Amino acid sequence: MSITGATTTELLERLERGDLTSVDVTSAYLDVIEKRDGQVKAFLLVDREDALRQAEAVDKKRKSGTAMGALAGVPIAIKDVLCTKGVRTTCASKILENFVPPYDAHVIERLKAADAVLVGKTNMDEFAMGSSTENSAYQVTRNPWDLDRTPGGSSGGSAAAVAAAMSPVSIGTDTGGSIRMPASYCGVVGLKPTYGRVSRYGLVAYGSSLDQVGPFANDVRGAAVVLEAIAGHDPRDSTSLDEPVPSYTESLEQPLRGLSIGIAKEHFVAGLDAEVEKAVRAALDVYRSLGAEIREVTLPHSEYAIAVYYLIAASEASSNLARYDGVHYGHRAEKFNDLIDMYSASRGEGFGAEVKRRIMLGTYALSAGYYDAYYLKALKVRRLIRQDFDKAFADVDVIASPVAPTAAFRIGELVTDPLAMYLSDIYTISANLAGIPGISVPAGMTTNGLPIGLQLLGPTFSEERLLRAARMLEKHTEWHKLRPPV
Amino acid sequence: MDYTVIIGLEVHVQLLTKTKLYCGCANLFNPDNPNVQTCPVCLGLPGSLPVLNKRAVELAVRTGLALNLDISQYTKWDRKQYYYPDLPKNYQISQYDLPITHDGWLEIEVNADTGERKRVGIIRAHLEEDAGKNMHDERGRGDSQVDLNRAGTPLLEIVSKTDIRSAAEARKYLEELKLLLLYLGVSDCNMQEGSLRCDANVNLHVHTNDGHNIPTPITEIKNVNSFRNVELAITSEVERQFEEYKRTGKKLGDPGATKETRGFNAATGKTFAQRGKEEAHDYRYFPEPDLCPVTFTEEQIQAVRESLIEFPADRRTRMQAAYQISPYDAAVIVDQQTEFADFYETVAKGCGDGKQAANWMTQDVLREMNDRKLTIGTFPIRPEVLCAILKKINQGDITIKAGRDVFMALLEDASMGTDVIIDPERVDRIIAEKGLAIVKDTGAIEAAIAAAIAKNEKAVADFKSGKQAAVGKLIGEVMKQCKGADPQTVRTMLLETLAKA
Ligand SMILES: [Zn+2]
Repeated sequence: MSITGATTTELLERLERGDLTSVDVTSAYLDVIEKRDGQVKAFLLVDREDALRQAEAVDKKRKSGTAMGALAGVPIAIKDVLCTKGVRTTCASKILENFVPPYDAHVIERLKAADAVLVGKTNMDEFAMGSSTENSAYQVTRNPWDLDRTPGGSSGGSAAAVAAAMSPVSIGTDTGGSIRMPASYCGVVGLKPTYGRVSRYGLVAYGSSLDQVGPFANDVRGAAVVLEAIAGHDPRDSTSLDEPVPSYTESLEQPLRGLSIGIAKEHFVAGLDAEVEKAVRAALDVYRSLGAEIREVTLPHSEYAIAVYYLIAASEASSNLARYDGVHYGHRAEKFNDLIDMYSASRGEGFGAEVKRRIMLGTYALSAGYYDAYYLKALKVRRLIRQDFDKAFADVDVIASPVAPTAAFRIGELVTDPLAMYLSDIYTISANLAGIPGISVPAGMTTNGLPIGLQLLGPTFSEERLLRAARMLEKHTEWHKLRPPV
Repeated sequence: MDYTVIIGLEVHVQLLTKTKLYCGCANLFNPDNPNVQTCPVCLGLPGSLPVLNKRAVELAVRTGLALNLDISQYTKWDRKQYYYPDLPKNYQISQYDLPITHDGWLEIEVNADTGERKRVGIIRAHLEEDAGKNMHDERGRGDSQVDLNRAGTPLLEIVSKTDIRSAAEARKYLEELKLLLLYLGVSDCNMQEGSLRCDANVNLHVHTNDGHNIPTPITEIKNVNSFRNVELAITSEVERQFEEYKRTGKKLGDPGATKETRGFNAATGKTFAQRGKEEAHDYRYFPEPDLCPVTFTEEQIQAVRESLIEFPADRRTRMQAAYQISPYDAAVIVDQQTEFADFYETVAKGCGDGKQAANWMTQDVLREMNDRKLTIGTFPIRPEVLCAILKKINQGDITIKAGRDVFMALLEDASMGTDVIIDPERVDRIIAEKGLAIVKDTGAIEAAIAAAIAKNEKAVADFKSGKQAAVGKLIGEVMKQCKGADPQTVRTMLLETLAKA
């Protein structure tokens, strides 16, 4: 079997057995990047020499008999929103076009410690604001299954890189669905961990109380290995929780006995594409056949999730992005009259339309006289949404749902209709508001050959359960083995 | 028409922590090497996150307890948002609606003669980060620079109620607050280095002849660099506001008469309107999502309370009673800080005369300390030595003047840099060497008197003819013979002898 056609599980085995060196694997993936990325445009930066240097170092380390990290020799692509020391980090924004961080994000440190090979930085919606990767200041990433369609967003580059076999695993971030939704659109596995499971140190903030870093992989085990490597307490992030990290890989093959799966009636309503619903129901049948029990639950406040999300995320973003002002780093306008003008000109030139829209929305929501009606009210409803999940998880182990109402939409289809674009996150956004983990796992195909994912949500710190449940489906279906046409 | 002065003070105090409030950078005044005490966090780089400094929280609680403030059982941080180049994130992580401490007071003396005191209410003291420092180039745009060494330094903002009624009271409040903060060891309160900064809010309530109280527009006087200048600034501002009111009749709330920011020019002694638009700031406060709220249990607060040392006001009161000293002496001693006051108490206890000890400490010790540029810690005469001198005086072994001679001789010893050990034995030796001991042997005095009378016939004749002053010469003659004799005793004995003769 070809290197780039292999699952992460197979790749790890072959590397460990010594059948393959990291240089073999890394060059194979770099070759695919060279061949395909001109069309897919998943990467903003690939440093071939540097990747091969890392691979050589890993091979040398393995030869010396030293104990190896969990991702030893495995290429990984990084969403360009995580700071990489000495390597340009743009957040797909003009305003950070020349920003080279002097430090590594916690996740990057962990990946390096796990002996992974960092192959490049992937495209995204500017500052992770978007659902299609069309809001990048640099390029539009295309869905490897249909180049006229979007890979989803905002981590579209990382999802497309794995789908197009340009990297077996990758790192994305999820603020409202930005890992799960592109994973579904691209037919790969994507996991958003519990808020606080993975340190945000070095992750360029969008919505601080919602952002989480998580893995994409071409199989469930790949996601488990990466999560195990990056999860855990970090004192540099006050919201990082000091909870032990279980070995996700060790328990992965153990099916969950007596699994009870909840389905929320609020999730199966108008707007849900029939083919998507059919795929979700088929997946539930697989679980049923494996002994799981399906029960109906209710999430009565989910209809407010989008509104709450766009108030909270935009409010936090308006503040988080205030630092990009042209004073200390980043883009500074060439022509300006005074300080205020320098701020306006630099920000006006540096930010794209969607970022400006959200900054304005957030600034408005936090303004005197509006704060109580918008931001404070949103916080209250957020608590109700969290309570909905608490109640539901008292009855069921996981909640299954579609990831998005439809399969991948066409590039340009929704750019002029931001509200419709926002609705594509309707199934994923609640998990961020509640701080709970969620996974998207391949569960079907539309008649015109577009992947469909199944979302499983669990209570806080139930990543192990979600991975095992996802593995059950993966083991008994063939969806994850499908590869996009070249 | 007269008026009442209404003053509220906002004091920013830098806390004496080793590291900054939200990162591990050193918290040091270092203006000569800009931007060396920085890291991704205090530079506000993308992806960086704040982590709260526990020590700063502890110091804030300490200060809060000393200012009789309630410690919030639940406190959180908020982002105060405004754009300025010295604020790299363009928001300051401060505290908005749930400050760490609130509702207390500081007691100050308002009348030195009567000792009358009053409580100035304190609304809140909250913990926030300092900004960096802009260094403007006056030549024009583009050349301004920013030093972020100071960015992220822990600040406690202490906001008083508008209970202060005069410029002198404002100064008293600041002095008492500074003393307390120094006592607590929470800040070095160095105004020149900006570790204590003060803004004053001032207005008047004008009492009109028809019995109305009219508030004048509020002025905030910013960045005054000494307590004396705060007093001068308020004094001149009060006059200005009254003149302005008489001229225009403008009152608080009239269109365009809300709050004005003014500076103080020490050269002219006047406040001046600061340039720039007076826009109503909307700081768009919201809870800092990158920090967790902090909660305190009653036990934790109690533990800090128990670790506190005696506050200056309490110490003054206690020392007055314990050593029978005047409020003035108690104040002078306490104002010199803990070590000096401890020194005093050791001496007072050891020699058994608090009043005497206070005289020596507030006059001789303080004077020599200052003249010789010493601190109480480096003062060569230690408490037990001073105690030995005072005991000798009390017991009538030496005169006060002789005591001073010993004191100065010991300081001479120290300044000579010899390896003489300055201890109570050295006191004895100096007394012996200089013959300073009081001669109690009346036989020796009688003999000296007889000799003096025999030798000075003219003086004796003058005295007998009514020239009282002539006795001085005879006393001097006797004293020359008996150096340690008590002049008063000599005088009495001499007069008796002359009367008999
Ligand atoms: Zn720092």
